[in-house]
Amino acid sequence: MNREEVKKLKEISYRMMIDVLQMTTEAGSGHPGGSLSSKDIVAVLFFKVMRHDPKNPSWEERDRLVFSKGHAVPILYAALIEAGYLDRSYIKKLRKLGSPLQGHPEWNPDMMIEATTGSLGNGLAIGNGIAFAGKLKKKDYKVYVLMGDGELQEGTVWEAAMFASHYALDNVIAVVDRNGLQQSGPTEKSMSVEPIADKWRAFGWHVQEVDGHDVEALYSAFRSAQEISDKPKVIIAHTTKGKGSLIGEWVTEFHGKPLSKQELEKLLPELEEKHKEEMKELDVN
Amino acid sequence: MSTREAFGKALVRIGSDPSIVVLDADVSGSTKTSQFRKIYPQRFINFGIAEENLFGTAVGLAYSGLKVYASLYSVFVLKAYDQLRIIAHDNLEVKIFASHSGLTNSSDGWSHQTVEDVAVFRALPNFKVIVPADAVEADTVTEESLKIKGPIYVRLSRSESPIIFEKGLRFELGKGNIMNDGSDVYIIANGNMLSIAIKAVEELKKDGISVGLINMSSVKPIDEELIIKAAKSTGAIVTAEEHSVIGGLGGAVTEVLSKHYPVPVEFVGINDSFGQSASLEELFRFYGLTSENIASSVRKVLKRKK
Ligand SMILES: Cc1ncc(C[n+]2csc(CCOP(=O)(O)OP(=O)(O)O)c2C)c(N)n1
Ligand SMILES: [Mg+2]
Repeated sequence: MNREEVKKLKEISYRMMIDVLQMTTEAGSGHPGGSLSSKDIVAVLFFKVMRHDPKNPSWEERDRLVFSKGHAVPILYAALIEAGYLDRSYIKKLRKLGSPLQGHPEWNPDMMIEATTGSLGNGLAIGNGIAFAGKLKKKDYKVYVLMGDGELQEGTVWEAAMFASHYALDNVIAVVDRNGLQQSGPTEKSMSVEPIADKWRAFGWHVQEVDGHDVEALYSAFRSAQEISDKPKVIIAHTTKGKGSLIGEWVTEFHGKPLSKQELEKLLPELEEKHKEEMKELDVN
Repeated sequence: MSTREAFGKALVRIGSDPSIVVLDADVSGSTKTSQFRKIYPQRFINFGIAEENLFGTAVGLAYSGLKVYASLYSVFVLKAYDQLRIIAHDNLEVKIFASHSGLTNSSDGWSHQTVEDVAVFRALPNFKVIVPADAVEADTVTEESLKIKGPIYVRLSRSESPIIFEKGLRFELGKGNIMNDGSDVYIIANGNMLSIAIKAVEELKKDGISVGLINMSSVKPIDEELIIKAAKSTGAIVTAEEHSVIGGLGGAVTEVLSKHYPVPVEFVGINDSFGQSASLEELFRFYGLTSENIASSVRKVLKRKK
C-alpha cells in the first residue's frame, strides 16, 4: 500500500470516528467504545479489501461483512455514509422511531447490512451460512465476520468455528476485535478468553495477529488470508477500545455511554488538532 | 426508581442467606446485581457473555442445594431456553429476575426488548411468573421470592417507573389486588401498564364510567377467583400489559374467563409485533400502550356488553 492510500484510509477512519461520536451523542445512547476499536478494521475492509458497489448494492458477487458485534453498528453506519449507501442526513437518525438506523443492525442487503445481529454469538454461524450458500451457488464472494473479544465467550462461536473448518469454508474470514474490554470490564477478569490464537488454531483455523489500528498491517493480513485455501481464516486484531477519542480510550463506561453534547463540543477541536498532527507525521516518515 | 434498582437493593438484604448464589453474564452494572457482588463476592459468579452456560451451571448449583438468583436482560434469558426447560422440569430453586424487559430497553431496539417472555414462561411447567408494577412491589417480590418454591420469572424494567404503592405492601403469589372497585367494567393490568391504567380510570370517571382496577402482578399462578368476581360484578374486562397480546396477561385472564364465566374482553398490548429503537415514550405511544387507548378499549368493551 502506498503512502497516499494509507493517508486516505486514515482520513476515512477519522471521519467515521467523528460521525460515530456525533451519531451516538445525538441519539443519547449507543456504543461508542466498541465502534471506535473497529474503525480501522472497517475502513480497510470497506474501502480497500471488499468488493462492493454503492451503485449496485445488492450485487450478488459482493463481498459480505457480517457485523456480529452488532452493538458497534454506528461504525458500520458511518462506513455506509462514507461509501454513499446512505446520505449524511442519517447522522441525526440513529435510534430514532421508524429509522432504518436501528440500535442494532437489521438485515438489509440493499444497504450492505448482511445480517440481523445484536444478540452476541450469532454472526459467525450466519456468516457460515452465507459462505456455504456461496460455495453451492459457485459464487466467489468472501464473507467477513467481525466479532468482539467478549463475544468469544458465547458457546455458539465455537460451534460455528468447528463447522467452518469441518466444511473447509475458506471463503470465511473472521476478525476478532481484541480490545481487551467487555461491558463489565477487562475480558480476562470477566471470563478469560486467552489463549485466543491457540483456540482458533485448535479448531482448524488459519490464524494471524495484527495491530488493528495499523491499516497497512491489516490490509496485508487480509491479503494473505485471501490467498489461503481449504480452511477458514481469522485475524486477531489488537485494538484499543474507544481508539482516537482521547477521553474514551480504555474506559469501560465508554462501552455503552456516549459523550454529552458539551463533552463532544469541547472535544472536537482537540481531535481535529491531534488528527492533523498524525497526518503530518505520516508525511515526514 | 426502576424495578431493577429495587431488586438490586433488596437482593443485598436477602443475600445474607449463605445458600444464595447470584449469577451474571457481563451485565451486573445494568441489572444492579453489582451491589451484591461488592458485599458477597464469593457467592457472585460472572459467566462472561455466556447465557446458556450460566443456566446450565444453575442446574448443577440448584441440584446441590443452593438457591440460584440469576439476573440478565430478559431477552438474553430466553437465549438459554433449552437449559430453562431442565430448570422447569426439575422444579429447581432458580429465581430469574430479568431486567430490561418489555420495551424498556427502548433505544437499543428489538434485539434488546421482549414482547413474548411472559408467554414463554407461562408455558413452561412449574415456572411462576410475576410482573411487578413499581419499585415497592419489586422490593416485596424479591423479599418473598425466598419463600416461593421452585423456579420463578420476575419481569423487571430498565426505566424509571412512578411509585404506586406504599412501603409495607404485601405480595402473595397467585393473588391480585383490587386498586379500586368499579361497577361498569374492570381493567386488569400489571407492570408498567398499572400506572397508565390508573390514569385511564381517572379520565373515564370524568365521563361517569365506573371502572374498577386490578393489579395482577402474579400472572402464573393467576387469581382465578378475583377474575371471575370482577367479570360477574361488571360483565366486561379490559386487560393491559406491556407485552404481546398473545399469551401474556390477556391470554391468562381469558383462559380463566372462557372456562368459568365468559364476558367480552378487550386487550391492550403489543399487537403481535417486535419493538424497535426510539424513546420509551414514543414506543408506548406507537404501540398503543397509553391511557387513551385503555379508555377507548373500555368504551369498546362497554358497547359489546349485553
Ligand atoms: C447475547 C448477548 N448478551 C449480552 C449482550 C449485552 N452486551 C452488549 S455489548 C456487550 C459486551 C461485548 O463485549 P465485546 O464482545 O468485547 O465487544 P466490544 O468490546 O468490541 O464492544 C454485552 C454483554 C448482548 N448484546 N448479547
Ligand atoms: Mg471487547
